[in-house]
Amino acid sequence: MSAVTAEHDHDDHHHDDHSHGPEKGWLRWVVTTNHKDIGTLYLLFALAMFFVGGTMAMIIRAELFEPGMQFVDPQFFNSMTTMHALVMVFGAVMPAFVGLANWMVPMMIGAPDMALPRMNNMSFWLLVAGVLLLASTLFMEGGAPAGGWTLYPPLVLQTGKALPFAIFSVHLLGVSSIMGAINIVATILNMRAPSMSLMKMPMFVWTWLITGFLLIAIMPVFAGAVTMLLTDKFFHTSFFDAAGGGDPVLYQHIFWFFGHPEVYVMILPTFGVASTIIPVFARKPLFGYSSMVYATAAIAFLSFIVWAHHMFTVGMPISGELYFMYATMLIAIPTGVKVFNWTATMWKGAMTFETPMLFSIAFVVLFTLGGFTGLMMSIAPADFQYHDSYFIVAHFHYTLVPASIFMLMAAGYYWMPKWTGHMYNEKIGQLHFWLSTISVNILFFPQHFLGLAGMPRRIPDYAIQFSDWNMISSIGGFIFGASQLLFLYIVVDTIKGGTGEKVTDEVWEDAHKHGLEWTLPSPVPYHTFSTPPTVIPCDHD
Amino acid sequence: MKKIKQLFAGAMLTTLGLPIAQADYALNLMEGVTKVSNDIYDLHMLILWICVLIGIAVFGTIFYSIYHHRKSKGHEAAHFHENTTVEIIWTIIPTLILVGMAIPATKTMLELDDVQESEMSIKVTGKQWYWDYQYLDNGVHFESHLDEISEKSHRGSTIDPHTVPNYLLNVDRPLVVPINKKIRFVFTSVDVIHSWWVPDLGWKKDANPGFINEAWTSVPKPGVYRGQCTELCGRDHGFMPIVVIAMNQGDYDNWVKTTLEQQNAKPDLSDQSHEQLMANGSSVYLKNCVACHQIDGKGISGSYPALRGSAKVTGGVDPLIGFLQAGTSKMPSFAKLKDNELAAVITYIRNSPDIGNKVGDEIQPKAITPVYDDDE
Repeated sequence: MSAVTAEHDHDDHHHDDHSHGPEKGWLRWVVTTNHKDIGTLYLLFALAMFFVGGTMAMIIRAELFEPGMQFVDPQFFNSMTTMHALVMVFGAVMPAFVGLANWMVPMMIGAPDMALPRMNNMSFWLLVAGVLLLASTLFMEGGAPAGGWTLYPPLVLQTGKALPFAIFSVHLLGVSSIMGAINIVATILNMRAPSMSLMKMPMFVWTWLITGFLLIAIMPVFAGAVTMLLTDKFFHTSFFDAAGGGDPVLYQHIFWFFGHPEVYVMILPTFGVASTIIPVFARKPLFGYSSMVYATAAIAFLSFIVWAHHMFTVGMPISGELYFMYATMLIAIPTGVKVFNWTATMWKGAMTFETPMLFSIAFVVLFTLGGFTGLMMSIAPADFQYHDSYFIVAHFHYTLVPASIFMLMAAGYYWMPKWTGHMYNEKIGQLHFWLSTISVNILFFPQHFLGLAGMPRRIPDYAIQFSDWNMISSIGGFIFGASQLLFLYIVVDTIKGGTGEKVTDEVWEDAHKHGLEWTLPSPVPYHTFSTPPTVIPCDHD
Repeated sequence: MKKIKQLFAGAMLTTLGLPIAQADYALNLMEGVTKVSNDIYDLHMLILWICVLIGIAVFGTIFYSIYHHRKSKGHEAAHFHENTTVEIIWTIIPTLILVGMAIPATKTMLELDDVQESEMSIKVTGKQWYWDYQYLDNGVHFESHLDEISEKSHRGSTIDPHTVPNYLLNVDRPLVVPINKKIRFVFTSVDVIHSWWVPDLGWKKDANPGFINEAWTSVPKPGVYRGQCTELCGRDHGFMPIVVIAMNQGDYDNWVKTTLEQQNAKPDLSDQSHEQLMANGSSVYLKNCVACHQIDGKGISGSYPALRGSAKVTGGVDPLIGFLQAGTSKMPSFAKLKDNELAAVITYIRNSPDIGNKVGDEIQPKAITPVYDDDE
């Protein structure tokens, strides 16, 4: 572990005096090619979409508060479940991680900016265009897509006027993601400080490198699948129509070949953030760095060969079902390694519990719960019961909300002082943490019971015996939703000045030992590492 | 303020009282009734306990650490950051556990897959939004729709769902099977993908349009077993339940006999009173029309046309009959309806205050003249 030389730190300050700052006026945010500006755009856009997708979730939970149809039409309910998922996946979680990568990857590897700054700007604005196009389908004749975010044919072909627009928006989102991924991969592979070998990179950078390759591999597959939907609907092809020699299950294979790695796109950077934050607040180096790297790579590889575990009930040959069961079970091994490593990192540390650490600990515990139910569902015969019930809804929400979303929150609290130069209000941060953690469990834990008791997913109304847990789940949902307004408050408050406390360059005690970003001034100057740092901190040896 | 306190206390009591008030409340997977479902339950419990034990170990370690290894207690951080031995151990132990799980899971999979030597076959066809059951051995064939009272209740009538027995889990015509017979099911669909799930039988299977899937069951004891469609299939996905009634062989044989008699009986084409026609028409409407044209006959703007005030409905009777029998590219043909059913539903849509039409006539079964012969 080596500290950055004071001399270099000085050089940076000196250099910034001569460099130009951002453009003046609002046009700055349109034309910017600065990784920090684009990172901010991504993060704020993702936060806005988090609230849009969250509002849809509130509508869903309101309708499910009691048996009987109270507020919405079943078709609109289906649109809500579909759009909630699409907005959260493509509008909130993925862009938020791209935003983090934009901000942090250059600062973590000692690069002045992203490798392809103009493409960076374009990928952000294509994302906005894609999401707006998707949102516009809500107002079209026949309503927004209502066949689930998986867009399974033949059902999705019954969508009204919205279908081609939804498909084109998927294309745009795909192009945007691929551009973002290419940019991140190119930056990591080409622009590291000279002394930063691959095996000295921070875990967040490693996880994004692997995620970048996942994205480049899978987004074209998804684009291909939806294009086939488009030609089936409008150009008389029969890829997914048995009447013309096609097969609707083919779509599911293609979709999940994209869809399974896609869930790792949302979780691998999450792992990276956890591996970044936990050592700082445990005041100990990350346990098992190299096994973390290998485990991440192993998970990414396995994610390509397990897709049909989403399809155990579609009627595959027994040999196929057994293969996908065994392959899926294997994922538990590298994932277990990661959880054990985080636990060992905390072990015999000197922990403090600031908001980012609280969210990280909750992540390790609650993600592991989601992992357990994942392991349960890998057992194919048991999946014949769990499949498409509320059990799976509970499972993937545990791996997305108290995992991905929590670590995005943790990352926000962790790096916001560095970005803005202001300290967030720790008391409100901790209140946000406790409210979120308690309510997220009230929200999702009962859904395990509902699924096991036989409640199918994606239904707008249910039998009486499911009433109580649904009501509890909805109450948890409303508390969780309302609690997130605290986060919005904290973001605004911190940008405006926060507690007014002067933050140091390293912000967190001894953080400079853990990452290059903490050797830079707070707030970070507009341009950093115009010359690469010569000595890098390394969390491991 | 006092009211808020009362509300809060009430909410707390309700929450705490739940486990007591609902003693039969399911928290865990149901064991089910068949051997396979029991095997699956055992697998579920095994993996659940494995997860609980791992959870206790991992979470225990984390919470021990949180309590003891904190800076506020003056704990000094250690500096170790790897240990090859423990890393190997915590890779190998999970691997062994997984192998241990894979063996019984594989056994159950093979058992589930074996549809050979079945004693009877039932073809299950998913349709938007009901099930169609065809007994391939004896010719019994019928549709199974959500029961009328659930249908009315969820469609915005004043019927409180809590007062409906088996709300959303009841059908007009359940699937009847004999006990202790190996029954092979073949699944298909005519429109979108559906999935047939009765938790007591232990599995679900997708019904794919244009393809056939197979599964089997053997129900050891008489009873009523309920389930639902579990693959999102459109607007009324939540409203196509499944009810299976298992009975002794003798009872089953009787059921087949009476069902076949009813199925083959000529429909009663004698004239009916206006009230009779309206009552029968209402049932036919609830089964066949309501999903698209809605309970108030207003349809769904942009998707399904309104019957209320429609000239096609209130105009000439013969064109209307022809239209219903032939169908269009958007609306399926209803030639499957018998003459008395068709007459009743036409009377209903022309005269029901619920639909909002008042022609003031009744169409008798004899008035139905086929546009084309339905050979079935």
